[in-house]
Amino acid sequence: MSLYPWFEALEATPVGDGIKESVWLFPVIESVHLLALAMLGGAILMLDLRLLGLGLTSQKTSTVERAARPWLIGALLTMIVTGALLGTSEALKLYDKQAFWVKMAALALALVYTFAVQIPLASRDPRLLAKPLAVVSLGLWLTVAIAGRWIGFS
Amino acid sequence: MSLDLEAAVNWLADQPGSIALHESLYAYTYIETAHVLGIMLFVGTIAMVDLRLLGLAFTRSTVSQMSGRILPWTVAGFVLMIGTGLALFYAIPVRSFHSLWFRLKLLLMGAAAINIFIFHWRVERDRDRWDRDPTPPAGARISAALSLALWAGVVVTGRMIAYNWFDCDKPQPPFIHIVAGCPAQLIEP
Repeated sequence: MSLYPWFEALEATPVGDGIKESVWLFPVIESVHLLALAMLGGAILMLDLRLLGLGLTSQKTSTVERAARPWLIGALLTMIVTGALLGTSEALKLYDKQAFWVKMAALALALVYTFAVQIPLASRDPRLLAKPLAVVSLGLWLTVAIAGRWIGFS
Repeated sequence: MSLDLEAAVNWLADQPGSIALHESLYAYTYIETAHVLGIMLFVGTIAMVDLRLLGLAFTRSTVSQMSGRILPWTVAGFVLMIGTGLALFYAIPVRSFHSLWFRLKLLLMGAAAINIFIFHWRVERDRDRWDRDPTPPAGARISAALSLALWAGVVVTGRMIAYNWFDCDKPQPPFIHIVAGCPAQLIEP
């Protein structure tokens, strides 16, 4: 089974077509995507730095995690919506790019890891596990960001 | 003696290092990727400190804890942004110098710097009185909101440099040519 027909259909939708036809829409949506990336980076770093014993060490990890969470989720939702809009406008181009598939795989891993592993464990104020939890998170999100930038180059 | 920036950027463009970076297969893209990742560190951490000043996040931490423990990472991010940003400019000096977006970006960075100095030397001076307040006074909140807006503007205008809508060698209204400082030899006849 190939996903190709789905990508073909996606690009033919009025949304994909509209973004492609417009001079301004793609750059504007891309800018929002980039601003949300900054917010995502900040929110993730607050938690990862605390887990590494850096950053807001006067607070418990669980406190930092709870404070960062709404901004993390808000940034992620913004990134996913703007990213989907950008992707729809050039779905067929993405289908052939390795960087896109690397990014999607890393994103899926990062999302599962963050919400099913890291946040549940961080909210229990781990000791031994703290540093590995942060290192894996940084590695996964960096892969997503680098592969994302690479879509534009490849 | 007048400062001839036009001659300076043209001289820069003729340097072997600039040409090598411009024509490189990967070096330029690696530097640009580092520049984008730097946004997460620099703008991301500054945004978290601003949100604290606005009373919107991390209100259990004092403002001084936020500044003391997070701003060093912001400074590290800034060093990365400036280093990679200078290299990107070095690779494409003439076009960047005449980019409307680049000029706008520099203006916004200047405004953001002024905002930081005012915050540091005025707004923050009586910080001890409101350090623990979940919502700091209006002056601090205004500084934080300005900071968020200006740095967001820097990110967006920076991204727009890649688009050539206002390049000197495209047909433009005279106003654009003046603001971008387009020299005669770059303007489309």
